[in-house]
Amino acid sequence: MARIQLDHIRHAYGASPASEADYALKEVDHTFEDGGAYALLGPSGCGKTTLLNIISGLLRASEGRLLFDGTDVTDLSTQERNIAQVFQFPVVYDTMTVSDNLAFPLRNRGVPEAEVDRKVREIVEMIGLGDWAQKKARGLTADQKQKISLGRGLVRSDVNAILFDEPLTVIDPHMKWELRTQLKQLHRRFAHTMVYVTHDQTEALTFADKVVVMFDGQIVQIGTPDELFERPSHTFVGYFIGSPGMNLLPVTLDGRTAHLGGQRIELPGAARGGKGQIELGVRPEYVRLGRDGMPVTISKVEDIGRHRIVRASLEGREIAAIVGEDETIPADPHVSFDPAGINLYAGSWRIDLDGKGA
Amino acid sequence: MDRTWNNKAWFMVLPVLLLVAFSAVIPLMTVVNYSVQDTFGNNQFFWAGTEWFEEMLTSDRFWLAMGRNLIFSGIVLAIEVPLGIFIALNMPKRGWGVPVCLVLMALPLLIPWNVVGTIWQVFGRVDIGLLGYVLNELGVDYNYVSDPFAAWVTVIVMDVWHWTSLVVLLCYAGLVSIPDAYYQAAKIDGASRWAVFRYIQLPKMNRVLLIAVLLRFMDSFMIYTEPFVVTGGGPGNSTTFLSIDLVKMAIGQFDLGPAAAMSIIYFLIVLLMSWVFYTVMTNYDAER
Repeated sequence: MARIQLDHIRHAYGASPASEADYALKEVDHTFEDGGAYALLGPSGCGKTTLLNIISGLLRASEGRLLFDGTDVTDLSTQERNIAQVFQFPVVYDTMTVSDNLAFPLRNRGVPEAEVDRKVREIVEMIGLGDWAQKKARGLTADQKQKISLGRGLVRSDVNAILFDEPLTVIDPHMKWELRTQLKQLHRRFAHTMVYVTHDQTEALTFADKVVVMFDGQIVQIGTPDELFERPSHTFVGYFIGSPGMNLLPVTLDGRTAHLGGQRIELPGAARGGKGQIELGVRPEYVRLGRDGMPVTISKVEDIGRHRIVRASLEGREIAAIVGEDETIPADPHVSFDPAGINLYAGSWRIDLDGKGA
Repeated sequence: MDRTWNNKAWFMVLPVLLLVAFSAVIPLMTVVNYSVQDTFGNNQFFWAGTEWFEEMLTSDRFWLAMGRNLIFSGIVLAIEVPLGIFIALNMPKRGWGVPVCLVLMALPLLIPWNVVGTIWQVFGRVDIGLLGYVLNELGVDYNYVSDPFAAWVTVIVMDVWHWTSLVVLLCYAGLVSIPDAYYQAAKIDGASRWAVFRYIQLPKMNRVLLIAVLLRFMDSFMIYTEPFVVTGGGPGNSTTFLSIDLVKMAIGQFDLGPAAAMSIIYFLIVLLMSWVFYTVMTNYDAER
C-alpha cells in the first residue's frame, strides 16, 4: 500500500511532441493518498488508461516523475513496482486451475509453497470461488474470470496499489452491482490504494471516495461525488456527470443579474473574475417547471420510471428539466432556476459567486 | 419425433456427390478393381482375391519403404514444429517488419514442388552447386548421389526449407490473436519469459499447432516430388519413400495389381494416422 505521487507527468505517444495537442496526457500533477479509492472518469480517449498504464509501469511517461511513498519509481519495471492491475477483458491463464491462477504471481516471485497455499486458500474463499478452486479457469464466466484477475492482485499482501481498467465492461449488468459491492468491501477490509478507470459515471460515483474527472488529456476536477454534482468546476464535468447533463446557457452578466435573450435570471451572488464566454449552468434537477418564470415550449417528455425528463426550448436554447411522476405539466409552461443549483462558467471554467461557497 | 422429410433436398447435394464421385470415389474404385485382379495387358483380367495384399504385407520392400517414410516424417516434424514456433515467436508483431517477414516466409510455400527439388538438386551438386562445391572445398565429404547419409540430410533440409514456413505462419496467426492485456498481466504477475510461453502463448497456439502437425505429417508421409527430383530414391533405395516406391512399382515395373494393393494400404495408413493424431490432440485439448 502506498501513496502515489504524479509529479508533473506528461505523455505523448509520438516520438517528438511539438505542440500541446501531441500530448495524450497533458500535465498531471496529483497525489493518490494511501488507502484511497479513486475513480478516473472520462470519455474514451481522454487519457485515463494512459495515466493508469504510467502508474503500473506498462508505459513510461515522456516527462515527469512518479513516486510511491516518496520513492522515485519512474525507472522501475512493472514487476518491481509491485502493483496489481485488472484489465477490461478478463485475463486468466486458461490452462491452469483457479488455484494455480491465484498462485501464479506468488510462485513467480519464489514464495515458499506452504505460504502460497495458505494465501491462495484465503483469497479463493474471499472472492467467492471456493467451489471452483480445482477447476480449470477456461470454463468460467466473465465475472468469475474477472474475480480471478482481481484475486491475483489480492494474493500479494504487499501490493502497492490495485489498478482497474474498466473492469466491468464485459460483465452482465446484474453481476456488475455485485462485483462493485464486493470491491467496496475488499477496499474497506484491506485499505489498498485503488485506482479505478471507467467511463461510466455510476460506477465511478459508487466506487470511489474521490472521483478524478479527465477530459482531453487533463484532469478537470477532483472531488467527491457530491462536489462533482453540485459544483462542477468545468462545463465538461457538468455535461458528463448527471443524466441528463447540466443545462448550459450563454448569458451576459450585469451585477447579480444574468441576461439570457430577453429574460433576466437573478443570481445568488455577483460574479468574480473570469475571462471568456460566460455560461450559466443549472442541472435539470434544479429546473422548476411551473406557471411562473420564463416561458418555454415543450418539445418532448420522456418518462423514465421514477421521474420524467422534460425537453423544452428556452429563448431558442434546448433545456432539460426533471419533473416528478405525480407533478402535472402546466399547459402554459414556465421555468425558474433554484438559486442553489446555479453555477457560472467563464471560458468553460467555473467562477465563484459572491455570497456563495466556492 | 415428428420430422418432415423433404426428398427434394437430395437434388441439392447431388452436384457435390457427382463431383466427389468423379474426382475421388470412382478413381479409388478403379484402384480397388486393380488390387483384386491380375492383368497381363490386352484388357484381360484374372481374379486374384487378396493375393496382392498378402504379398504386400509380407514384403520387405514395402516395410522398408514404410520405415524410411516414418523416420523421415518423424525427423521432419521434430525439426519443423519447434523451429516454426521459435521463428514465429521472434517475428515482429507490428511495424514495417511484419509484411517483410510474412512475404519472406511465404516465398518457399509459393514455389512448385518440382522446382524446389530442382533448386536443391543443383544447389547440392558437387561440381556446380554452391552448397555441394563449398562443402567439399571445406573438406566435408558431401555427395548426395553416392552417400545415403548426405542424401537424407539433403532431403530433410530441403523439406525443412520448404515447409517450416507453414508452421511459422500458422503459429504466427495464433500469436497475433493474443490481446496485449495478457502480456501486460503477465508482466504484473512477474512471469518469466518461459512462463509467458508456457501459459499464454502455447495454449493460444494449440489449435493451429494441431493443424500444423496434421498437415505436416500427412504431407511428409506422402512426399514424392522433391526427393524424386533430387535423389530419385537413391542412392540404392536409401531415400525411396512409400510414394516413390509405389510409382516405381506401378509405372516402372507395371505391376499394377501389387501397386494398387499398396495404394490402398498406404491410403488406409494415412487415414488411420491422421485420425489418431486428431483424436489424441483434440482429447488432450478437451481435458484441459
